[in-house]
Amino acid sequence: MSFLRKSVKLLNAAAGRQQNLKAIVGSTLRHQRTYSSEPPNDYANFPGAKAPFVSKLKLNMPEDYAPIPIYRVMDRDGFIADETQDPQLGREVVEKMFRDMLLLNTMDKILYESQRQGRISFYMTNFGEEASHIGSAAALEMRDLIYGQYREAGVLVWRGFRIDQFIDQCYGNVDDLGRGKQMPVHYGSRELNFVTISSPLSTQMPQAVGAAYAMKMRPNNDACVVCYFGEGAASEGDAHAAFNFAATLNCPVILFCRNNGFAISTPSHEQYRGDGIAGRGPMGYGIATIRVDGTDVFAVYNAMKEAREYVLRENKPVVFEALAYRVGHHSTSDDSTAYRSTEEIEVWNSVEHPISKLKRYMVHKGWFDEAEETAYIKEVRKKVLKQIAVSEKKLKPNWKEMFEGVYAEMPEHLVEQQRELQEHIEAHKDSYPLKDFKQ
Amino acid sequence: MLRSRLTQAACAAQRAFSTTPKVLAAKQMTVRDALNSALDEELSRDDRVFLLGEEVAQYDGAYKVSRGLWKKYGDKRIIDTPITEMGFAGIAVGAAMAGLRPVCEFMTFNFAMQAIDHIINSAAKTFYMSAGAVNVPIVFRGPNGAASGVAAQHSQCFAAWYAHCPGLKVISPYDTEDARGLLKAAIRDPDPVVFLENELMYGTAFPVDDKILDKDFLVPIGKAKIMRPGKDITIVAHSKAVETALLAAADLAKKGIEAEIINLRSIRPLDTATIFASVRKTHHLITLENGWPQHGVGAEICARIMEDQTFFELDAPVWRCCGVDVPMPYAKTLEANALPRVADVAEAALKVLGGKAGKATAALK
Repeated sequence: MSFLRKSVKLLNAAAGRQQNLKAIVGSTLRHQRTYSSEPPNDYANFPGAKAPFVSKLKLNMPEDYAPIPIYRVMDRDGFIADETQDPQLGREVVEKMFRDMLLLNTMDKILYESQRQGRISFYMTNFGEEASHIGSAAALEMRDLIYGQYREAGVLVWRGFRIDQFIDQCYGNVDDLGRGKQMPVHYGSRELNFVTISSPLSTQMPQAVGAAYAMKMRPNNDACVVCYFGEGAASEGDAHAAFNFAATLNCPVILFCRNNGFAISTPSHEQYRGDGIAGRGPMGYGIATIRVDGTDVFAVYNAMKEAREYVLRENKPVVFEALAYRVGHHSTSDDSTAYRSTEEIEVWNSVEHPISKLKRYMVHKGWFDEAEETAYIKEVRKKVLKQIAVSEKKLKPNWKEMFEGVYAEMPEHLVEQQRELQEHIEAHKDSYPLKDFKQ
Repeated sequence: MLRSRLTQAACAAQRAFSTTPKVLAAKQMTVRDALNSALDEELSRDDRVFLLGEEVAQYDGAYKVSRGLWKKYGDKRIIDTPITEMGFAGIAVGAAMAGLRPVCEFMTFNFAMQAIDHIINSAAKTFYMSAGAVNVPIVFRGPNGAASGVAAQHSQCFAAWYAHCPGLKVISPYDTEDARGLLKAAIRDPDPVVFLENELMYGTAFPVDDKILDKDFLVPIGKAKIMRPGKDITIVAHSKAVETALLAAADLAKKGIEAEIINLRSIRPLDTATIFASVRKTHHLITLENGWPQHGVGAEICARIMEDQTFFELDAPVWRCCGVDVPMPYAKTLEANALPRVADVAEAALKVLGGKAGKATAALK
């Protein structure tokens, strides 16, 4: 069958399905569940699926279905093919986007090095995904709740998390919002509506759906939840549950997959056989889906705006897949040249890099100044290096805080242990590096 | 009027003090209805509370604990979930993080093993790991431990597993008063709570008074209850094993031995103060649980008593009465033999008391 006829066939089937859904929803009353509806006369009436009968036996092959197309606005040279798709953000916003991507990129480079120098214990970079972060964050409101996986620092940058806050968390010092209780890059900010990063993969997905459910329950809700996760995490059971529940419970959540091609060393062709994560959305779970070029900040922005409007209007989820390439190593514990070529990395680090794409757009608009960029990067480098020196010298949180936060109210046995430790420390002051801790 | 052996034992316990006909004719309520009424009242009191789990809505709950609630509160407060404990526990945790107060029902805690990552890593540890930014006021509830003829994968006791983890509160109610007061307290508690019910207790009725039926009746978490005072030996138990202990106490009383029965009510926090005070009085201790011996609730009590001055009050080592260290067998006779029975507890008491038991029996004559 030709591609065109196949697509038309799919569209008709989808439209037919839509009609059926309307019929079913219309006939179901509260407190009275029925399994009957009024489907068109060539459709079967099974409760499990509304589909037409066929008398020709045929295996439905993955190749029979066209992959979900990738929405993009700019090409790699920063040219916009369809002018109507230019979000017309204005110079100020575009410059903020550019600067925030540069800040993230620069800070990442230095903090990665600082781990190599033994200053912080661990770090994860965001190279190659700057546009996914900034483009999506820019399309949201501050009241939208964010659940992340661990490679979304750009969202925090956009929302206003400061360099000192990033670095204090990495050092786990007295000003760390996380009070030294988490590994580096496990940021969280109540103020910026960014739920603290939790290490187990994909657990944030059903949590985000549950949170969206809770938000939907509020009167006049005008906020959604965005849940970021990687294409590797999408293999977890939690991801299946999250998709399924988002759909069945009608939750205003955007399930944002950062498909960067790698899960540590596992490439995506070993992670799944289907059409990425987007392919699971419409047919797998009955969820509206969009796939974008994650290295194109405007594509991510436009799609996110559309997705947000949809989820709030319909109280239904969206599966959002941003395709990109993980330019950096998985973390400071990884050397990715062990499983991929430096030539391949270099392509994505240069001509396909999100920052270079936006730069070229800005050049065409006459908004770009080489000297300004160099100066800004230099300024950021200076700030970051200075902050490292400052954060490094800061005290660690008072050791008493180790006992806090296990429960809402500290239980007796912990109060006792805290007191015992205090007495012990007082008796053996000289054996402990007390000067490194806030008194 | 037919009375179960249990009510007889309970009445026997009460008969030790003055008992009026009024008490014996008091209103009765099953544990199931206690849980149901507690849920109903908390749903009514706080809009943020909601119940989710498999079959909780139109089916009225796999064990009918949520009977009538869906009819009363509708789809938005009583939610049927697809079959994924991992999934709906995660959803519930997320809803709690965003400000609701979910009650997450597991058909049995055996199935909650699928969700244990969310119970521990997403619920228990989050307040700590977020330095107080994110709290999870959630209740995980459902039947725990052995039922009847459901074999190993449906019969495990998880009290020790959950009580091991800081960040969780773990409750194991026994009777109607426990069920009502502790479930209400758990729902109102800001921390994540694991609420271990017992399927075999659901249908058992206990007398209730106006105080217990009051809609603000709460039982404090972390406080044990002395079900039956005694001076010769302390028996500490939780959940269904409290019944075994009470029946054993009745048998021991015939031999002139007065056992003090402590109903733990909470496993974490563990009310060691009540246990120690009792041991200081009786000088003999048995721990009784249906769970396995290794790293069990009894093991923890033994460790704690050794770490306290109360250790020197013991006239004999502590004995742990536990389930046999095997996966629960299916055959009825084997199953009955795999859990501590009344006779086992009575025998253990006599052994622990040793020479004193002989003296007590002789004194009766």
